[in-house]
Amino acid sequence: MGKVLLEMKNITKTFPGVKALDNVNFQVEEGEIHALVGENGAGKSTLMNVLSGIYPYGSYEGDIVYNGEVCQFQKITDSEAKGIVIIHQELALVPQMSIGENMFLGNERGKKNAINWNETYGEADKYLKMVGLSESSRVLIKDIGTGKQQLVEIAKALAKNAKLLILDEPTSSLNETDSRALLDLMLEFKKQGMTMIIITHKLNEVVYVADKITVVRDGSTVETMDCHTMEINEDRIIRGMVGREITDRFPKRSNVEIGQVNMEVRDWTVYHPVYAERKVVDGVNMNVKKGEVVGIYGLMGAGRTELAMSIFGKSYGTGISGTLLLNGKEVSLKNPREAIDAKLAYVTEDRKGNGLVLSNSIRVNTSLANMVGVSDKGIIDMDKEYQVAVEYKDKLKTKTPSVEQNVGNLSGGNQQKVLLAKWMFTDPDILILDEPTRGIDVGAKYEIYCIINDLVKAGKSVVMISSELPEVIGMSDRIYIMNEGKFVGEMKADEATQENIMACILQSGRGE
Amino acid sequence: MTKYMDVIKKNAMLIVLVLVYIFFTIMTGGSMFSPMNFNALITQNAYVFILATGMLMCMLTGGNIDLSCGSFVCIMGAVGGVLMVIKGYSTGISVIAMLLVGIIYGCVLGYLVAYVNIPPWIATLAGYLAFRGWGTAILSDNSSTGSISPMPESFLKLFSGKVFETGINEFNTVCFVAGIIASVIVVVTSLMSRANKVKKGYEAESMIALIVKCVLSVAAILLFAYKLALAGGIPTVLIWVIVIVLIYNFITSKTTLGRYFYTIGGNAEATRLSGVDTRKIMFFAYLNMAVLTVISSYIVVARFQAANSTAGNYYEMDAIAACVVGGVSAYGGSGTVFGMVVGATLIGVINLGMSLMGVNADWQKIVKGGVLLGAVVFDILATKKNATK
Repeated sequence: MGKVLLEMKNITKTFPGVKALDNVNFQVEEGEIHALVGENGAGKSTLMNVLSGIYPYGSYEGDIVYNGEVCQFQKITDSEAKGIVIIHQELALVPQMSIGENMFLGNERGKKNAINWNETYGEADKYLKMVGLSESSRVLIKDIGTGKQQLVEIAKALAKNAKLLILDEPTSSLNETDSRALLDLMLEFKKQGMTMIIITHKLNEVVYVADKITVVRDGSTVETMDCHTMEINEDRIIRGMVGREITDRFPKRSNVEIGQVNMEVRDWTVYHPVYAERKVVDGVNMNVKKGEVVGIYGLMGAGRTELAMSIFGKSYGTGISGTLLLNGKEVSLKNPREAIDAKLAYVTEDRKGNGLVLSNSIRVNTSLANMVGVSDKGIIDMDKEYQVAVEYKDKLKTKTPSVEQNVGNLSGGNQQKVLLAKWMFTDPDILILDEPTRGIDVGAKYEIYCIINDLVKAGKSVVMISSELPEVIGMSDRIYIMNEGKFVGEMKADEATQENIMACILQSGRGE
Repeated sequence: MTKYMDVIKKNAMLIVLVLVYIFFTIMTGGSMFSPMNFNALITQNAYVFILATGMLMCMLTGGNIDLSCGSFVCIMGAVGGVLMVIKGYSTGISVIAMLLVGIIYGCVLGYLVAYVNIPPWIATLAGYLAFRGWGTAILSDNSSTGSISPMPESFLKLFSGKVFETGINEFNTVCFVAGIIASVIVVVTSLMSRANKVKKGYEAESMIALIVKCVLSVAAILLFAYKLALAGGIPTVLIWVIVIVLIYNFITSKTTLGRYFYTIGGNAEATRLSGVDTRKIMFFAYLNMAVLTVISSYIVVARFQAANSTAGNYYEMDAIAACVVGGVSAYGGSGTVFGMVVGATLIGVINLGMSLMGVNADWQKIVKGGVLLGAVVFDILATKKNATK
């Protein structure tokens, strides 16, 4: 057994009305990768905020013992001075600045009030090499991909002399390849003696990288599993997280009849709205049948969202060409309104960015895409609107005290349900769901899958875009595989495996 | 206890308004409470209510403002002066011509903001500079004093003076009856709305709260009507203001069009992908602003009975301040017509009270600046507190 680097003893943190952490005990040994898992709202982030001093000493009960001494952090810089560095889920980089400038932001090299640029870029290059990036540190952040940006974040942490690195959902915006590269980098750091805590929803990553797993549930640490002494698999972790056995992560669909083709896309090509010569979607052919769930799998940047948005009333891209047929008839949808009227719905990928109006209530969000349904000659029938919101709240089991609650106060899973409610209320025939379960916990995912099943049972068609392979395979009847703007494969669900889908993508890449 | 705190927090600005009014009444030895000053409060601030209504609609779409409205009031006055006084056109034709000019400007501005994507404060900054200069140029071309007067009687009657005017020291019955009718309408509509909610089983306020609310609003309306009745009757501009405020209160709270203003301010992209033509709404916000600016220019010209080059100075700032003090979010997405009315009244009361006290103009500006900052800080702290709950 190694030396204990960090021990958090009996941590209790209360917010007005809520006990966010209740007597939490958490131990990390030197040189290990410790995974912290739990459902959304279980208290993982709160625990890490206590550790890094975002919640200052005195605002919580209990002790933090780090390297044998009791710490009383007042602010983040206090914990960073000890080598505890946290990398947050949302990237905290300034896009218009160079890698080097970002890396030493708030930690500038040189004399007081005078930055030494040679030292800045020289050191930055050194740290970039450590994370395996070959870019010059003078390149602007906006010119590199998200995967590389995440690596810059890590390099930035290293530049602060990190001894204990905390990664909060480091792969949530990365594709499979970049995620794997990042995890391998973590294993490399471990060899060099670094201690790390990783918070993630992706259980396959936990299994791949972790030495120990601590499960947090409802503000308490439930158990710590040692990956070297016991057999760990994803089901075992899920059982710990939800406190019960989830026998099947994907609910079965039964008796759903797959009917006629009701949407078909032929030779669909879309160009980038700014760089008009760049093809984003290239000659895509696809179809969706009534009662069918069609999965579109592709890595980030493959053009999936762009494809969906361009079909949905040309809301993305320029120079769109190709044919769109709905129920066998060729249609031209010039804007989202026409798409909605043609019974198409696009449930957006980014619920906070372009899906929901967070400052408004569930009621307002539910009716937003179909105001005609709750109004007469432009005048809103408030009673009807309220009833509709309550009806969908009950139907989708959205957890909220009232439909007058602002959507911004809901958890990710419940926000996703409100978003689905909004689009279900437009009474679509075809729903395009873009990453419907991103960033939501296992329990809420299951509920979303059930909603998808209910939709197809009611004769709707669902196109599900996802970058989680198990989800695509578990939920779809048929899968299209997309890479670099093209459809590179099509498989029936029963013949699809993680291996042959990835192989399909790799082969298409080599073909060029 | 928390229930009372909630009520107080919700109506904080209204309570501040009452307290400030009482403060000035004491400081001015009761002069603030005189019928004449009730009348002055309305006639002096009518333009703020109207401009702030337009500004509210712009701000809802995402904290967008119109800096050009004050200067536009000036050039509209010049146009109206030339048409009515120099060229001798009838009031009707001139009023319509001014409105048309306003619509044309509104369309151009709306196009630039909504379709060319020029940031509103830059697009309107151009108008702020140009219209002041242009208006002044028109006035000095047509008059050696730089001011055009007198305005025709029919124009003044339409936008200033009083309805059914009575002499000093005479009680204006029409005005008081109008107050009684307004009170009855308020009481009946609130009772009906509650009854409807209870019948359908929705959350409704308690009967006691409703009665307290009704008693307070009726008292306020009757006090106002009584004071105005003693000051010669209902000012014509009050009717303009009430009509506009009621229309926009209806639009913002009950129509789909109004709803879109809020959702665009909350999340423009989500609103666009929900099938709403967000550009059309932005266009409408600025067209609407221009039309309301023309209406307020009628009132300003009629009040001064002349068109001059200083008309409309800082009016855009008054309108923005009224909105912000009235709780309209500077980032868009929230704010109500009622809040804006309270904000505009509060600023009007502070202006009037300080003038009556003989505070000099420089200090008045300092105080107003402080009030504006205080209102924003209060608003942000209040929302923060709510969020951490």
